[in-house]
Amino acid sequence: MPTVGVLALQGAFREHMEALRRAGARTAEIRQRGHIADIDALIIPGGESTTIGKLLVEGDMLDPLKIRLRTGMPVYGSCAGLILLCRTIENSDQPRLGVLNAKVRRNAFGRQVDSFEAKLAVPEIGSAPFHAVFIRAPVITEIGPDVRVLAEIGGQAVAVRENNVLATSFHPELTRDLRLHRYFIGMCGAGAKQGLDRDRTKV
Amino acid sequence: MKGTVRLKTGLAEMLKGGVIMDVTTPEQAKIAEDAGACAVMALERVPADIRAQGGVARMADPTVVKRIMDAVSIPVMAKARIGHFVEARILEALGVDYIDESEVLTPADDKHHIDKRAFTVPFVCGCRNLGEALRRMAEGAAMIRTKGEPGTGNVVEAVRHCRQVMDEIRILCALPEDEVANYAKSCGAPLEAAIAVRRKGRLPVVNFAAGGIATPADAAMMMHLGCDGVFVGSGIFKSGNPEKRAKSIVQAVTNYRDYAMLAEVSRDLGEAMTGMEISAITPAERMQERGW
Repeated sequence: MPTVGVLALQGAFREHMEALRRAGARTAEIRQRGHIADIDALIIPGGESTTIGKLLVEGDMLDPLKIRLRTGMPVYGSCAGLILLCRTIENSDQPRLGVLNAKVRRNAFGRQVDSFEAKLAVPEIGSAPFHAVFIRAPVITEIGPDVRVLAEIGGQAVAVRENNVLATSFHPELTRDLRLHRYFIGMCGAGAKQGLDRDRTKV
Repeated sequence: MKGTVRLKTGLAEMLKGGVIMDVTTPEQAKIAEDAGACAVMALERVPADIRAQGGVARMADPTVVKRIMDAVSIPVMAKARIGHFVEARILEALGVDYIDESEVLTPADDKHHIDKRAFTVPFVCGCRNLGEALRRMAEGAAMIRTKGEPGTGNVVEAVRHCRQVMDEIRILCALPEDEVANYAKSCGAPLEAAIAVRRKGRLPVVNFAAGGIATPADAAMMMHLGCDGVFVGSGIFKSGNPEKRAKSIVQAVTNYRDYAMLAEVSRDLGEAMTGMEISAITPAERMQERGW
Protein backbone atom coordinates (compact mmCIF):
# COMPACT_ATOMS: atom_id res chain seq x y z
CA MET A 1 0.00 0.00 0.00
CA PRO A 2 1.44 3.43 -0.89
CA THR A 3 2.07 6.03 1.81
CA VAL A 4 0.43 9.32 0.86
CA GLY A 5 2.02 12.34 2.52
CA VAL A 6 -0.08 15.41 3.24
CA LEU A 7 1.79 18.71 3.35
CA ALA A 8 0.95 19.91 6.88
CA LEU A 9 2.51 23.38 7.00
CA GLN A 10 -0.77 25.30 7.02
CA GLY A 11 -4.38 24.82 5.89
CA ALA A 12 -6.88 21.95 5.70
CA PHE A 13 -4.44 19.06 6.03
CA ARG A 14 -6.47 17.34 8.77
CA GLU A 15 -9.43 16.92 6.39
CA HIS A 16 -7.25 15.41 3.64
CA MET A 17 -5.69 12.97 6.13
CA GLU A 18 -9.17 11.90 7.22
CA ALA A 19 -10.41 11.46 3.64
CA LEU A 20 -7.31 9.41 2.74
CA ARG A 21 -7.75 7.17 5.77
CA ARG A 22 -11.40 6.60 4.90
CA ALA A 23 -10.32 5.76 1.35
CA GLY A 24 -7.93 3.16 2.77
CA ALA A 25 -4.53 4.81 2.24
CA ARG A 26 -1.60 4.97 4.63
CA THR A 27 -0.91 8.62 5.49
CA ALA A 28 1.92 10.76 6.84
CA GLU A 29 2.11 14.42 7.85
CA ILE A 30 4.84 16.26 5.97
CA ARG A 31 6.17 19.17 8.03
CA GLN A 32 9.91 19.04 7.41
CA ARG A 33 12.43 18.32 4.69
CA GLY A 34 13.36 15.03 6.33
CA HIS A 35 9.83 13.68 5.87
CA ILE A 36 9.92 13.91 2.07
CA ALA A 37 11.97 10.79 1.34
CA ASP A 38 9.53 8.40 3.02
CA ILE A 39 6.42 9.02 0.92
CA ASP A 40 5.10 7.57 -2.34
CA ALA A 41 2.69 10.40 -3.15
CA LEU A 42 1.80 13.87 -1.89
CA ILE A 43 -1.32 15.95 -1.32
CA ILE A 44 -1.02 19.73 -1.01
CA PRO A 45 -4.13 20.95 0.83
CA GLY A 46 -6.15 24.11 0.61
CA GLY A 47 -4.93 26.95 2.78
CA GLU A 48 -3.21 30.24 2.02
CA SER A 49 -0.91 29.64 -0.96
CA THR A 50 1.41 32.57 -0.15
CA THR A 51 1.85 31.29 3.43
CA ILE A 52 2.48 27.68 2.39
CA GLY A 53 4.92 28.82 -0.33
CA LYS A 54 6.94 30.86 2.16
CA LEU A 55 7.02 28.01 4.67
CA LEU A 56 8.25 25.66 1.90
CA VAL A 57 11.11 28.07 1.17
CA GLU A 58 11.97 28.66 4.86
CA GLY A 59 11.97 24.91 5.50
CA ASP A 60 14.24 24.19 2.47
CA MET A 61 11.53 21.91 1.12
CA LEU A 62 10.81 23.53 -2.26
CA ASP A 63 13.72 22.00 -4.21
CA PRO A 64 13.61 18.47 -2.77
CA LEU A 65 9.88 18.36 -3.48
CA LYS A 66 10.37 19.66 -7.04
CA ILE A 67 12.90 16.89 -7.67
CA ARG A 68 10.54 14.18 -6.42
CA LEU A 69 7.61 15.56 -8.43
CA ARG A 70 9.68 15.95 -11.62
CA THR A 71 10.77 12.33 -11.35
CA GLY A 72 7.16 11.19 -11.30
CA MET A 73 5.89 11.11 -7.71
CA PRO A 74 2.08 11.53 -7.89
CA VAL A 75 0.84 14.80 -6.43
CA TYR A 76 -2.63 16.21 -5.89
CA GLY A 77 -3.24 19.87 -5.03
CA SER A 78 -6.60 21.35 -4.03
CA CYS A 79 -7.18 25.12 -4.18
CA ALA A 80 -3.99 26.60 -2.68
CA GLY A 81 -2.35 23.29 -3.64
CA LEU A 82 -3.36 23.83 -7.26
CA ILE A 83 -1.86 27.35 -7.18
CA LEU A 84 1.43 26.03 -5.78
CA LEU A 85 1.64 23.38 -8.53
CA CYS A 86 1.14 25.78 -11.45
CA ARG A 87 4.07 27.07 -13.49
CA THR A 88 2.56 30.56 -13.90
CA ILE A 89 0.55 32.55 -11.33
CA GLU A 90 -1.11 35.70 -12.68
CA ASN A 91 0.22 38.91 -11.05
CA SER A 92 2.33 37.08 -8.50
CA ASP A 93 5.94 36.09 -7.97
CA GLN A 94 5.14 33.99 -4.88
CA PRO A 95 7.14 30.77 -4.37
CA ARG A 96 5.72 27.69 -6.14
CA LEU A 97 6.54 24.14 -7.21
CA GLY A 98 5.66 24.91 -10.83
CA VAL A 99 5.39 21.30 -12.06
CA LEU A 100 1.99 21.76 -13.74
CA ASN A 101 2.23 23.37 -17.17
CA ALA A 102 -0.62 25.81 -16.63
CA LYS A 103 -1.42 29.40 -15.73
CA VAL A 104 -3.65 30.12 -12.72
CA ARG A 105 -5.68 33.14 -11.61
CA ARG A 106 -6.04 33.41 -7.81
CA ASN A 107 -9.37 34.38 -6.20
CA ALA A 108 -10.89 34.16 -9.68
CA PHE A 109 -14.52 34.16 -8.55
CA GLY A 110 -14.10 37.06 -6.12
CA ARG A 111 -13.94 37.33 -2.35
CA GLN A 112 -15.45 35.09 0.36
CA VAL A 113 -19.01 36.37 -0.19
CA ASP A 114 -18.68 34.99 -3.75
CA SER A 115 -17.56 31.52 -2.59
CA PHE A 116 -20.04 28.86 -3.71
CA GLU A 117 -21.05 25.20 -3.85
CA ALA A 118 -22.09 23.58 -7.13
CA LYS A 119 -22.77 20.20 -8.73
CA LEU A 120 -19.94 19.55 -11.13
CA ALA A 121 -19.56 16.99 -13.94
CA VAL A 122 -16.24 15.15 -13.59
CA PRO A 123 -16.61 12.27 -16.10
CA GLU A 124 -13.14 10.90 -15.29
CA ILE A 125 -14.31 9.73 -11.83
CA GLY A 126 -17.85 8.63 -12.72
CA SER A 127 -21.14 9.84 -14.15
CA ALA A 128 -22.68 11.13 -10.91
CA PRO A 129 -21.95 14.86 -10.44
CA PHE A 130 -19.41 15.88 -7.78
CA HIS A 131 -20.55 18.27 -5.05
CA ALA A 132 -17.80 20.85 -5.37
CA VAL A 133 -16.98 23.46 -2.70
CA PHE A 134 -15.25 26.59 -4.06
CA ILE A 135 -13.75 28.90 -1.40
CA ARG A 136 -11.99 32.02 -2.73
CA ALA A 137 -11.10 29.59 -5.48
CA PRO A 138 -8.62 29.91 -8.35
CA VAL A 139 -9.21 28.92 -11.99
CA ILE A 140 -6.82 27.70 -14.64
CA THR A 141 -6.67 30.17 -17.52
CA GLU A 142 -4.10 28.50 -19.83
CA ILE A 143 -2.87 24.93 -20.19
CA GLY A 144 0.08 23.22 -21.87
CA PRO A 145 -0.33 20.48 -24.52
CA ASP A 146 -0.15 17.53 -22.08
CA VAL A 147 -2.69 18.91 -19.59
CA ARG A 148 -6.15 17.34 -19.67
CA VAL A 149 -9.15 19.28 -18.32
CA LEU A 150 -11.24 17.02 -16.07
CA ALA A 151 -13.92 19.57 -15.15
CA GLU A 152 -14.88 23.12 -15.97
CA ILE A 153 -17.30 25.84 -14.88
CA GLY A 154 -18.45 28.42 -17.41
CA GLY A 155 -15.69 27.35 -19.78
CA GLN A 156 -12.97 27.73 -17.11
CA ALA A 157 -10.88 24.75 -16.04
CA VAL A 158 -11.33 23.81 -12.37
CA ALA A 159 -9.87 20.27 -12.40
CA VAL A 160 -6.89 19.14 -14.49
CA ARG A 161 -4.35 16.35 -14.81
CA GLU A 162 -0.91 16.27 -16.39
CA ASN A 163 0.72 12.84 -16.04
CA ASN A 164 1.47 12.46 -12.30
CA VAL A 165 -0.04 15.83 -11.36
CA LEU A 166 -3.71 16.21 -10.36
CA ALA A 167 -5.20 19.56 -9.34
CA THR A 168 -8.64 20.95 -8.45
CA SER A 169 -9.85 24.47 -7.62
CA PHE A 170 -12.39 23.01 -5.21
CA HIS A 171 -12.22 21.11 -1.91
CA PRO A 172 -13.29 17.42 -2.00
CA GLU A 173 -11.87 17.13 1.55
CA LEU A 174 -14.80 19.22 2.82
CA THR A 175 -17.38 16.69 1.56
CA ARG A 176 -18.01 12.98 2.17
CA ASP A 177 -17.38 12.09 -1.51
CA LEU A 178 -14.16 10.06 -1.69
CA ARG A 179 -14.04 9.56 -5.47
CA LEU A 180 -11.28 12.08 -6.13
CA HIS A 181 -9.13 10.73 -3.30
CA ARG A 182 -9.66 7.17 -4.61
CA TYR A 183 -8.80 8.31 -8.13
CA PHE A 184 -5.61 9.86 -6.78
CA ILE A 185 -4.68 6.73 -4.83
CA GLY A 186 -5.20 4.89 -8.16
CA MET A 187 -2.59 7.21 -9.73
CA CYS A 188 -0.07 5.93 -7.19
CA GLY A 189 -0.12 2.50 -8.91
CA ALA A 190 0.38 1.96 -12.64
CA GLY A 191 -0.41 5.55 -13.67
CA ALA A 192 2.42 6.95 -11.62
CA LYS A 193 4.99 4.63 -13.15
CA GLN A 194 3.82 5.64 -16.63
CA GLY A 195 4.28 9.30 -15.73
CA LEU A 196 7.79 8.50 -14.56
CA ASP A 197 8.71 6.75 -17.85
CA ARG A 198 7.28 9.57 -19.92
CA ASP A 199 9.31 12.12 -17.97
CA ARG A 200 12.45 10.10 -18.54
CA THR A 201 11.94 9.83 -22.30
CA LYS A 202 11.54 13.62 -22.46
CA VAL A 203 14.95 14.06 -20.84
CA MET B 1 -25.27 28.13 -3.42
CA LYS B 2 -23.52 30.93 -1.52
CA GLY B 3 -23.18 31.77 2.17
CA THR B 4 -23.72 28.16 3.34
CA VAL B 5 -22.46 26.87 6.69
CA ARG B 6 -19.97 24.69 4.80
CA LEU B 7 -18.50 27.70 2.95
CA LYS B 8 -18.33 29.75 6.14
CA THR B 9 -16.70 27.07 8.30
CA GLY B 10 -14.67 25.93 5.27
CA LEU B 11 -12.75 29.21 4.95
CA ALA B 12 -11.82 28.91 8.64
CA GLU B 13 -10.55 25.36 7.96
CA MET B 14 -8.23 26.86 5.31
CA LEU B 15 -6.81 29.32 7.88
CA LYS B 16 -5.75 26.54 10.29
CA GLY B 17 -2.13 26.38 11.30
CA GLY B 18 -1.83 30.04 10.39
CA VAL B 19 -1.41 33.47 11.97
CA ILE B 20 -3.93 36.29 11.54
CA MET B 21 -2.39 39.69 12.19
CA ASP B 22 -3.95 43.02 13.18
CA VAL B 23 -3.02 45.79 10.73
CA THR B 24 -3.99 49.46 10.57
CA THR B 25 -2.44 50.53 7.23
CA PRO B 26 -1.86 49.01 3.75
CA GLU B 27 1.88 49.09 4.52
CA GLN B 28 1.41 46.97 7.64
CA ALA B 29 -0.86 44.63 5.69
CA LYS B 30 1.93 44.11 3.13
CA ILE B 31 4.43 43.40 5.92
CA ALA B 32 2.02 40.84 7.39
CA GLU B 33 1.44 39.16 4.02
CA ASP B 34 5.17 39.07 3.26
CA ALA B 35 5.82 37.52 6.68
CA GLY B 36 3.42 34.67 5.84
CA ALA B 37 0.18 35.71 7.61
CA CYS B 38 -2.75 33.57 6.41
CA ALA B 39 -5.10 36.59 6.81
CA VAL B 40 -5.11 40.10 8.22
CA MET B 41 -7.52 41.94 10.51
CA ALA B 42 -8.12 45.50 9.28
CA LEU B 43 -8.44 48.00 12.13
CA GLU B 44 -8.18 51.71 12.81
CA ARG B 45 -6.31 51.18 16.08
CA VAL B 46 -4.76 48.06 17.59
CA PRO B 47 -6.21 46.91 20.96
CA ALA B 48 -3.30 48.36 22.99
CA ASP B 49 -4.08 51.85 21.60
CA ILE B 50 -7.83 51.42 22.06
CA ARG B 51 -7.14 50.53 25.68
CA ALA B 52 -4.77 53.47 26.17
CA GLN B 53 -6.98 56.06 24.47
CA GLY B 54 -10.33 55.00 25.94
CA GLY B 55 -13.65 56.31 24.60
CA VAL B 56 -16.02 54.39 22.31
CA ALA B 57 -14.25 52.08 19.85
CA ARG B 58 -16.21 51.48 16.62
CA MET B 59 -15.91 49.73 13.26
CA ALA B 60 -12.99 51.08 11.20
CA ASP B 61 -13.54 53.71 8.51
CA PRO B 62 -14.49 51.85 5.28
CA THR B 63 -11.68 53.69 3.48
CA VAL B 64 -9.12 52.08 5.80
CA VAL B 65 -10.65 48.64 5.29
CA LYS B 66 -10.87 49.06 1.50
CA ARG B 67 -7.25 50.21 1.16
CA ILE B 68 -6.08 47.21 3.13
CA MET B 69 -8.24 44.90 0.97
CA ASP B 70 -6.61 46.40 -2.15
CA ALA B 71 -3.09 46.02 -0.74
CA VAL B 72 -3.04 42.23 -0.17
CA SER B 73 -4.22 39.01 -1.85
CA ILE B 74 -4.84 37.10 1.40
CA PRO B 75 -8.23 37.17 3.21
CA VAL B 76 -9.10 40.39 5.04
CA MET B 77 -11.14 40.37 8.25
CA ALA B 78 -12.63 43.37 10.03
CA LYS B 79 -14.23 43.99 13.42
CA ALA B 80 -17.82 45.01 14.18
CA ARG B 81 -19.12 45.94 17.64
CA ILE B 82 -20.97 43.23 19.56
CA GLY B 83 -24.61 43.35 18.49
CA HIS B 84 -24.04 46.03 15.84
CA PHE B 85 -25.63 44.30 12.86
CA VAL B 86 -25.51 47.42 10.69
CA GLU B 87 -21.74 47.77 11.07
CA ALA B 88 -21.61 44.10 10.08
CA ARG B 89 -23.81 44.73 7.02
CA ILE B 90 -21.53 47.59 5.99
CA LEU B 91 -18.46 45.36 6.27
CA GLU B 92 -20.26 42.64 4.28
CA ALA B 93 -21.12 45.19 1.58
CA LEU B 94 -17.44 46.22 1.45
CA GLY B 95 -16.60 42.59 0.70
CA VAL B 96 -14.48 41.68 3.74
CA ASP B 97 -13.86 37.93 3.97
CA TYR B 98 -14.64 37.46 7.68
CA ILE B 99 -16.20 39.64 10.38
CA ASP B 100 -14.97 39.53 13.97
CA GLU B 101 -17.86 40.43 16.29
CA SER B 102 -15.38 41.66 18.81
CA GLU B 103 -15.16 42.62 22.47
CA VAL B 104 -12.18 44.81 21.55
CA LEU B 105 -14.74 47.36 20.30
CA THR B 106 -17.35 48.92 22.58
CA PRO B 107 -20.51 46.75 22.59
CA ALA B 108 -23.51 48.26 20.81
CA ASP B 109 -26.11 45.99 22.45
CA ASP B 110 -26.04 44.93 26.09
CA LYS B 111 -28.19 41.80 25.59
CA HIS B 112 -27.99 40.48 22.05
CA HIS B 113 -25.26 39.42 19.68
CA ILE B 114 -25.63 39.71 15.91
CA ASP B 115 -27.82 37.06 14.24
CA LYS B 116 -24.93 35.80 12.17
CA ARG B 117 -26.95 33.15 10.34
CA ALA B 118 -28.65 35.91 8.36
CA PHE B 119 -25.38 36.94 6.66
CA THR B 120 -23.50 35.62 3.60
CA VAL B 121 -20.15 36.64 5.10
CA PRO B 122 -18.84 34.38 7.91
CA PHE B 123 -18.19 35.51 11.51
CA VAL B 124 -15.62 34.72 14.17
CA CYS B 125 -16.45 35.38 17.86
CA GLY B 126 -14.53 35.28 21.12
CA CYS B 127 -15.24 33.04 24.11
CA ARG B 128 -13.97 32.35 27.62
CA ASN B 129 -15.69 28.98 28.08
CA LEU B 130 -17.61 26.29 26.24
CA GLY B 131 -21.05 27.77 26.90
CA GLU B 132 -20.02 31.06 25.35
CA ALA B 133 -18.47 29.28 22.34
CA LEU B 134 -21.61 27.23 21.73
CA ARG B 135 -23.95 30.21 22.14
CA ARG B 136 -21.95 32.10 19.52
CA MET B 137 -22.08 29.08 17.21
CA ALA B 138 -25.84 28.79 17.72
CA GLU B 139 -26.07 32.42 16.57
CA GLY B 140 -24.12 31.44 13.45
CA ALA B 141 -20.44 31.99 14.26
CA ALA B 142 -18.38 29.83 11.85
CA MET B 143 -15.12 30.20 13.77
CA ILE B 144 -14.29 30.66 17.45
CA ARG B 145 -11.34 32.23 19.22
CA THR B 146 -10.41 32.69 22.84
CA LYS B 147 -10.99 36.20 24.17
CA GLY B 148 -7.86 36.43 26.27
CA GLU B 149 -7.27 39.99 27.38
CA PRO B 150 -6.60 42.05 24.23
CA GLY B 151 -3.90 44.71 24.10
CA THR B 152 -2.03 43.48 27.17
CA GLY B 153 0.75 41.37 25.63
CA ASN B 154 -0.02 38.99 28.51
CA VAL B 155 -0.95 35.48 27.41
CA VAL B 156 -2.37 34.29 30.75
CA GLU B 157 -6.02 35.00 29.95
CA ALA B 158 -5.86 33.30 26.53
CA VAL B 159 -4.36 30.26 28.26
CA ARG B 160 -7.08 30.31 30.91
CA HIS B 161 -9.85 30.54 28.31
CA CYS B 162 -8.37 27.84 26.09
CA ARG B 163 -7.88 25.43 28.99
CA GLN B 164 -11.40 26.17 30.22
CA VAL B 165 -12.96 25.30 26.84
CA MET B 166 -10.84 22.15 26.47
CA ASP B 167 -11.66 21.00 30.03
CA GLU B 168 -15.36 21.45 29.49
CA ILE B 169 -15.20 19.54 26.19
CA ARG B 170 -13.40 16.65 27.94
CA ILE B 171 -16.02 16.57 30.70
CA LEU B 172 -18.91 16.79 28.23
CA CYS B 173 -17.51 13.91 26.18
CA ALA B 174 -17.00 11.70 29.25
CA LEU B 175 -20.46 12.19 30.77
CA PRO B 176 -23.14 9.48 30.62
CA GLU B 177 -25.94 10.29 28.19
CA ASP B 178 -28.50 11.18 30.89
CA GLU B 179 -26.30 13.90 32.41
CA VAL B 180 -25.66 15.79 29.19
CA ALA B 181 -28.74 18.03 29.30
CA ASN B 182 -28.04 19.23 32.81
CA TYR B 183 -24.35 19.83 32.10
CA ALA B 184 -25.22 21.83 28.97
CA LYS B 185 -27.66 23.88 31.06
CA SER B 186 -25.03 24.53 33.74
CA CYS B 187 -22.57 25.77 31.06
CA GLY B 188 -25.21 27.90 29.39
CA ALA B 189 -24.76 25.85 26.22
CA PRO B 190 -27.58 25.04 23.79
CA LEU B 191 -28.25 21.28 24.07
CA GLU B 192 -28.06 20.61 20.31
CA ALA B 193 -24.63 22.24 20.15
CA ALA B 194 -23.43 20.25 23.18
CA ILE B 195 -24.52 17.01 21.49
CA ALA B 196 -22.62 18.02 18.33
CA VAL B 197 -19.45 18.51 20.42
CA ARG B 198 -19.87 15.04 21.97
CA ARG B 199 -20.26 13.50 18.51
CA LYS B 200 -17.06 15.13 17.21
CA GLY B 201 -15.02 15.02 20.40
CA ARG B 202 -14.07 18.65 19.76
CA LEU B 203 -15.60 21.98 18.77
CA PRO B 204 -17.32 21.54 15.40
CA VAL B 205 -15.64 24.71 14.12
CA VAL B 206 -12.08 25.98 14.01
CA ASN B 207 -10.81 27.47 17.28
CA PHE B 208 -8.00 30.06 17.30
CA ALA B 209 -6.13 31.65 20.20
CA ALA B 210 -6.35 35.42 20.68
CA GLY B 211 -5.85 38.13 23.27
CA GLY B 212 -2.34 38.72 24.61
CA ILE B 213 -0.06 36.70 22.31
CA ALA B 214 3.24 38.56 21.96
CA THR B 215 6.04 36.06 21.28
CA PRO B 216 6.73 32.94 19.15
CA ALA B 217 6.74 30.93 22.39
CA ASP B 218 3.28 32.27 23.32
CA ALA B 219 1.97 31.24 19.90
CA ALA B 220 3.51 27.76 20.07
CA MET B 221 2.12 27.24 23.58
CA MET B 222 -1.41 28.00 22.37
CA MET B 223 -0.98 25.42 19.59
CA HIS B 224 0.11 22.83 22.18
CA LEU B 225 -3.01 23.59 24.20
CA GLY B 226 -5.11 22.58 21.20
CA CYS B 227 -5.78 25.81 19.29
CA ASP B 228 -5.91 25.59 15.49
CA GLY B 229 -4.02 28.85 14.89
CA VAL B 230 -3.46 32.28 16.44
CA PHE B 231 -4.52 35.90 16.14
CA VAL B 232 -1.83 38.42 17.01
CA GLY B 233 -3.22 41.87 17.71
CA SER B 234 -0.95 44.50 19.18
CA GLY B 235 1.92 42.00 19.61
CA ILE B 236 3.49 42.59 16.19
CA PHE B 237 3.21 46.26 15.30
CA LYS B 238 3.75 47.41 18.91
CA SER B 239 7.09 45.56 19.00
CA GLY B 240 10.58 46.74 18.08
CA ASN B 241 10.94 44.73 14.84
CA PRO B 242 7.51 43.88 13.38
CA GLU B 243 8.84 42.18 10.18
CA LYS B 244 11.05 39.78 12.06
CA ARG B 245 8.59 39.09 14.89
CA ALA B 246 5.75 38.44 12.42
CA LYS B 247 7.85 35.95 10.47
CA SER B 248 8.98 34.21 13.65
CA ILE B 249 5.46 33.80 14.95
CA VAL B 250 4.39 32.25 11.61
CA GLN B 251 7.29 29.78 11.90
CA ALA B 252 6.45 29.04 15.53
CA VAL B 253 2.84 28.13 14.74
CA THR B 254 3.84 25.68 12.00
CA ASN B 255 6.75 24.16 13.94
CA TYR B 256 5.32 24.36 17.46
CA ARG B 257 6.67 20.93 18.39
CA ASP B 258 10.22 21.60 17.19
CA TYR B 259 11.97 23.25 20.15
CA ALA B 260 15.31 23.71 18.42
CA MET B 261 13.51 25.61 15.67
CA LEU B 262 11.58 27.65 18.29
CA ALA B 263 14.88 28.56 19.94
CA GLU B 264 16.20 29.70 16.56
CA VAL B 265 13.17 31.86 15.64
CA SER B 266 12.96 33.40 19.14
CA ARG B 267 16.46 34.95 18.86
CA ASP B 268 17.16 38.66 18.46
CA LEU B 269 13.60 39.78 17.90
CA GLY B 270 14.13 43.18 19.53
CA GLU B 271 11.78 44.62 22.12
CA ALA B 272 8.49 42.80 22.65
CA MET B 273 5.46 45.02 23.27
CA THR B 274 5.24 46.33 26.81
CA GLY B 275 3.06 43.91 28.76
CA MET B 276 0.41 44.56 31.39
CA GLU B 277 -0.38 42.66 34.56
CA ILE B 278 -4.05 41.61 34.39
CA SER B 279 -4.63 42.54 38.05
CA ALA B 280 -3.69 46.13 37.16
CA ILE B 281 -6.82 46.34 34.99
CA THR B 282 -10.06 46.85 36.89
CA PRO B 283 -12.77 44.26 36.07
CA ALA B 284 -14.88 47.00 34.46
CA GLU B 285 -12.03 47.74 32.04
CA ARG B 286 -11.43 44.13 31.06
CA MET B 287 -12.52 43.63 27.46
CA GLN B 288 -13.15 39.92 28.06
CA GLU B 289 -16.17 40.78 30.26
CA ARG B 290 -17.96 42.15 27.19
CA GLY B 291 -20.36 39.74 25.46
CA TRP B 292 -23.31 37.78 26.83
